[in-house]
Amino acid sequence: MPLLAIGPAPLALEAIVATVSRPEPSRGADGAVSVFLGLVRNKNLGRTVRYLEYEAYEPLALRTCARIAAEVAARWPGVLLAIRHRTGRLEIGEASVAIAAASPHRSDACVACRYAIERLKQIAPIWKREFFEGGDVWIEGATADPDDAEALAQAERVACV
Amino acid sequence: MRVTIRLFARLRDIAGTAELHREVAPGATVASIWQRLVDDFPELAPYAQSISTAVNADYARMDCLVSDGDEVAFLPPVSGGS
Repeated sequence: MPLLAIGPAPLALEAIVATVSRPEPSRGADGAVSVFLGLVRNKNLGRTVRYLEYEAYEPLALRTCARIAAEVAARWPGVLLAIRHRTGRLEIGEASVAIAAASPHRSDACVACRYAIERLKQIAPIWKREFFEGGDVWIEGATADPDDAEALAQAERVACV
Repeated sequence: MRVTIRLFARLRDIAGTAELHREVAPGATVASIWQRLVDDFPELAPYAQSISTAVNADYARMDCLVSDGDEVAFLPPVSGGS
């Protein structure tokens, strides 16, 4: 399975961990895999959420994931990173995003995983429409700018706290 | 020259379509295409300061020149969350 994927297929913890399992001759070199799963929450800003719909500009989202993987590789050279994001309708409790970072030691795995989810939220062209009791709304956060040095520094700060 | 315009999320809802085609003059930029789009769909105007833009599925700046056959995408702020 590819390390980076955007699409409607459900996300499974075991599957994303398997993607960062290194083949020979590096098999066994990792001592840690850190995984982040983002879930559909039942409350948001006081609203009762019924479900979410995710939309992506897929070719740019994949390119953005590759960029994040390159940023991770530059900062934590031993880390192998996988990112998957779902599109379409997701029910409460389902995983919308999965990130796995494998590394010889736990510190780099944890930090890289946290950095990757922060960057993904900042710059991946992925949108969610929240369907709640009484209506629906597009959730709009920040303007995506991969070259924004301040956003990049913030992701590093959050990851390395 | 002819370009394809891609719209996402709320921008798509406002325009009522995910994809449009426009004839543009040589020298057209992402900014000039956005301006024509706002002329057609004035409700898009408030997004001028908050959109990101892409040409051929790669992030690009507003002053980027476009070529015949290019795909120009306008992206509202992304989901974020904490």
